Amino acid sequence: MIGLSHYLTVAAILFVIGVFGIFLNRKNVIVILMSIELILLAVNINFVAFSEALGDLVGQVFALFVLTVAAAEAAIGLAILVAFFRNRGSIAVEDIDTLKG
Amino acid sequence: MADAHALPSLFPLLPELILAIAAIAFLMIGAFDKEDVTPTISVLTIVAMLGCAAVLGFMPTDRTTFEGAFVLDAFARYMKILTLIAAAVTVAMTMGYARHQAFSRFEYPVILLLATVGMMLMISADDTIALYLGLELQSLAIYVAVSINRDSVRSTEAGLKYFVLGALSSGMLLYGISLIYGFTGSTQFAGIAAAIGAEGVGLGIVFGIVFVLAGLAFKVSAVPFHMWTPDVYEGAPSPVTAFMASAPKIAAMALFVRVVSDAFEPAMIQWQQIVIFLSIASMLLGAFAAIGQTNIKRLMAYSSIGHVGYALIGIAAGTEQGILGVVVYMTIYLVMTLGSFACILSMRRADEGMVEDIADLSGLIRTKPWMAVAFTALLFSLAGIPPLVGFWGKLYVFLAAVEADLLPLAVIGALSSAVAAFYYLRIIKVMMFDEPKDRFEPMAAELRVVLAVASGFTVFFFLVWTPILSAALTAAKSLLL
Repeated sequence: MIGLSHYLTVAAILFVIGVFGIFLNRKNVIVILMSIELILLAVNINFVAFSEALGDLVGQVFALFVLTVAAAEAAIGLAILVAFFRNRGSIAVEDIDTLKG
Repeated sequence: MADAHALPSLFPLLPELILAIAAIAFLMIGAFDKEDVTPTISVLTIVAMLGCAAVLGFMPTDRTTFEGAFVLDAFARYMKILTLIAAAVTVAMTMGYARHQAFSRFEYPVILLLATVGMMLMISADDTIALYLGLELQSLAIYVAVSINRDSVRSTEAGLKYFVLGALSSGMLLYGISLIYGFTGSTQFAGIAAAIGAEGVGLGIVFGIVFVLAGLAFKVSAVPFHMWTPDVYEGAPSPVTAFMASAPKIAAMALFVRVVSDAFEPAMIQWQQIVIFLSIASMLLGAFAAIGQTNIKRLMAYSSIGHVGYALIGIAAGTEQGILGVVVYMTIYLVMTLGSFACILSMRRADEGMVEDIADLSGLIRTKPWMAVAFTALLFSLAGIPPLVGFWGKLYVFLAAVEADLLPLAVIGALSSAVAAFYYLRIIKVMMFDEPKDRFEPMAAELRVVLAVASGFTVFFFLVWTPILSAALTAAKSLLL
């Protein structure tokens, strides 16, 4: 029987993979965008699982809002990435280094 | 729940609605007009923001709508007026910059307008859904604003960094919210507080609080979630940096105050430790890391990290005195920051264009005596040297900490502000005693006004102190009802 704790465990694992994907990734910014999506989807699993367990619809409504915002976020992230690529000619993480101090 | 399908009262949202509709209308004007309408849209944006601030001043408080998701109390009203003034001043400060830097994009004032709507929703949020949507509207607009100079590597790189770290922080905040929702069964702040009060603080709730506070600390750039701040402040176009250092800080701090004093109120023992840590780390890093900086925008970034640390002292105290301290501190911080950025935006030479190094200010007293004197007053005030206004702001939060038995916090605050005084005084030394460099170009009229008002406030604040303090006190009281 799959219960609440299973869903929460999957969500926690996805969340941790997402966070590690941002910090340990040394290759390419697209992977970072994918990691961000992974984090948001992990949160959505949490919301829907809790909503089902509590018998309360608000969690599912919240999940829909998160999906909407995630779409807007991905659009803006890709737009900024394209603008950066035009200036720098690369989207490798190690090339994001003009600002430091 | 009888009239669940009826439209909720929209009256408390009047200023937000005006600004949102104005943003869409200005976007249409900009998109369909063939000529360059940026100056017109900038002026219209300023009028809309200040108009909404005036409307807010007359609106009745203690109203809630959308089933308690949106609250307009005296605290929200005070912080919103502050945010609107900050946003209007930064739009005004951009107009001269837009003229000489070929930075004429009509989207820019519209984006700041949308960010301002997001901030106002954050300030009024009394529900985690409203909190998240307001925060995202603000963040998404600012990601775009940072990279608005899309032909510059620095601007787009700053935007990319801010986007990645900002999205990560939103994710952490959201994960925390989902845990809080799961373990309390509510998204409303009042419901969360009631559930925590009834059932005690379990492990799930502690995890939730930690993630939510980490996300919020990111938005106010408190240590250890500050790493984006110096890079983004340096890379973003200077007017955007001025905006980021002022309005969103006020809104995020207001949100922070409301979340801990409303939703997490019964879990004070848990969040207080976290806030104390954030506060001490921010004050120390703000004081020590700024010492070696040569770029004035980076220096302002570390300075703002330090100031956030001082304001967090008031939150850590968790008393009415403490919240009053936060409100007063953010008011003073706002004026000092806007004044300092008016100076930074007028660092422009005929041959080199905009310059950003502290060394470029050398001998300013001989080439531009008034600007040097005004900037000196602001820097003394940022350092917290009495009798200037910055000292009184610090005094309020330190006194609140002492009254709440957090003496070590006040002592560390006083010591780190002594260290921080060093780098402010170094700028003053460069301006007063070093060999003069070429004269800056004449200041734009709007920058002169902002600089004069801000530096005048640091010295003659006592003329307007009573109304500010009584409004701040009403705001602080309304939160703890």
